[in-house]
Amino acid sequence: MSRDDPWQRLAGLTPARIALGRAGAGLPTREVLRFGLAHAQARDAVHTPLDADDMRTGIAALGFETLPAASAAPDRATYLRRPDLGRRLDEASAASLAAAARDPVDLALVVADGLSARAVHEGAVPLLTALKPALTGSGWRLAPVVVATQARVALGDAVGALLKARAVAVLIGERPGLSSPDSLGIYLTFDPRPGRTDAERNCLSNVRAAGLAPDLAAFKLHWLIDQALNRRLTGVALKDESDRLLAGSAGREVLEG
Amino acid sequence: MSYRHVVGPRTFVFADLAELMAKASPPRSGDRLAGLAAGSAEECVAARWCLAEVPLTEILARPLIPYEADDVTRLILDSHDAAAFARIAHLTVGDFREFLLTASSGTLAAIAPGVTPEIAAAVSKIMRNQDLILVARKARVVTRLRNTIGLPGTLAVRLQPNHPSDDPAGITASILDGLAYGCGDACIGINPVSDSVQGLTGLLHLLAELIDGFGIPTQGCVLTHVTTTLEAMNRGVPVDLVFQSIAGTQAANASFGVTLSVLKEAHEAALALKRGTVGDNVMYFETGQGSALSADAHHGIDQQTLEARAYAVARAFRPLLVNTVVGFIGPEYLYDGKEIIRAGLEDHFCGKLMGVPLGVDVCYTNHAEADQDDMDTLLTLLGAAGVTYVMGVPGADDVMLNYQSTSFHDQLYLREVMGLTRAPEFAEWLARIGLTDAHGALLPGGGAPLLAAAPGLAA
Repeated sequence: MSRDDPWQRLAGLTPARIALGRAGAGLPTREVLRFGLAHAQARDAVHTPLDADDMRTGIAALGFETLPAASAAPDRATYLRRPDLGRRLDEASAASLAAAARDPVDLALVVADGLSARAVHEGAVPLLTALKPALTGSGWRLAPVVVATQARVALGDAVGALLKARAVAVLIGERPGLSSPDSLGIYLTFDPRPGRTDAERNCLSNVRAAGLAPDLAAFKLHWLIDQALNRRLTGVALKDESDRLLAGSAGREVLEG
Repeated sequence: MSYRHVVGPRTFVFADLAELMAKASPPRSGDRLAGLAAGSAEECVAARWCLAEVPLTEILARPLIPYEADDVTRLILDSHDAAAFARIAHLTVGDFREFLLTASSGTLAAIAPGVTPEIAAAVSKIMRNQDLILVARKARVVTRLRNTIGLPGTLAVRLQPNHPSDDPAGITASILDGLAYGCGDACIGINPVSDSVQGLTGLLHLLAELIDGFGIPTQGCVLTHVTTTLEAMNRGVPVDLVFQSIAGTQAANASFGVTLSVLKEAHEAALALKRGTVGDNVMYFETGQGSALSADAHHGIDQQTLEARAYAVARAFRPLLVNTVVGFIGPEYLYDGKEIIRAGLEDHFCGKLMGVPLGVDVCYTNHAEADQDDMDTLLTLLGAAGVTYVMGVPGADDVMLNYQSTSFHDQLYLREVMGLTRAPEFAEWLARIGLTDAHGALLPGGGAPLLAAAPGLAA
């Protein structure tokens, strides 16, 4: 059975899977296969390893220094069961980051696989490309960009502390939804150190071409970093009010520029 | 007091009841994450042997979390029905399993107020999946607000029309689609993106207008924080059902921003609105194994026992609906399809044994080792177990919460395979408007009256 036009018009009002039709109690074959494909893509996003070398090359091409790091979770299966290990650096990474640290910096950037390497492969370089001019313009001292594997958000706390950063921004693959296997999340934490809670961070979610576009995400992130460094905080006390700027001329320049 | 069990040359010692219950639990990643799981398969079974010999009176006498330290423990013990317990007071956990397998529905209903969560959890740990199904099937819990939910041979569905930006037209489109599949008798329940009172108000009016407009014998709900719903009620917004996520310890509830007193306040406020037509069960709770550990509020107790304690919180407020969101929390708590299936059956069993109207959000996330086949298995087993309700999510894909639940189609499947009907008032409504025949089967083109009532959207 197929639904007639009015149902298709309703389907245009939501990304939800409505007006699918049915074969008795079941889905039409085409919908079973569509769902299967979406789930396969989401599963692949979770289990595909981050190509850290390629990622570092791409980030270096933008003019950033880079460093590698790994969490204490040795493999994906452990990573999924033990979020605590994904929040800690392995010993070798902790030592190499400590050795690489120089004078205190304003900002550390971490690019982390999280739960979707695909989101990082597709989204990290566009986001950093959009962010780079604003970072340069602000004159902030930057740590090398750390490319981290088997990483949770809180790994950025350890990285930021070792690199003596006033704030850390973690670009991380989000838990993939069936309709969004490529969603990048960005978590900003002022005064990073192990033990920070999620309530002490600001988050930009759903960063991807079909969601929060990289240019807009970079604009919001830059605004948040600026506020965090000036007001010396992140988290529930810092609300994202960058939309007010977007409504004014500054925002239009960014969007048009 | 320690417990011990001898297996050949080895003696297994368990320091206290909490350790015994944790190590007797069927394996799951959350108990390993918490460092509570048995160290070997043999130790796990030794713990079950030992647990089977523990008298129920001893479980009652040894609260896992001290009375002084936790208001959920106080609630459990202060509201314990000694008369109902008297019928099972002479049993050990092992005896209790056998008692349950042979008990009638009437007996199960009579003892329910005497069953503490720890007793329910303990016996579940020595039960196989088939035991959990067989006993739960006999334990009927019937609740009412605008229809009658939980009657033998029925299955209700929560229509879950979520939208990633709370768009009213998009939500309405999903509701119409779900109604056309005969979903929505448990409730039409929206998880909003925004937790604001303004957002809640708009969605509640949308639901009330749809439900009143079509004359649907069901209830609407927007699943926002209880304090937001309280504020909405104070402003005169139409609230049918008060929702809240709850957990099994005071500290975990505190992490949700909830206390027993605020739940009581919201319960009384909703009762005062008198929006029911056939009953006054006005609360809706969601739970899930692992929430206490996630909030670092687990007191060294295994996650399944803590989950059962959440049902004691629910029970105190005579809820219309309670569901475990079993696979939502992720693989660090329930790793794969096998663990999710087991947990779903345990949660459903414990809730029903305690007299709570348990439904199950049969679900998983994309980082769990699970897929639609696992969900089909759990849904079918729960159908056999007489689950009160399941979710109806368009195409099983929740585009707001980013997880997979059960679909409008899945409930049709379960009805056909198990011969399950809808809440009777809702079934009569579907037949009256021409969506179904007199036996509840969907009629071709039956959705036309729904479309006719929403010309602005479908045109």
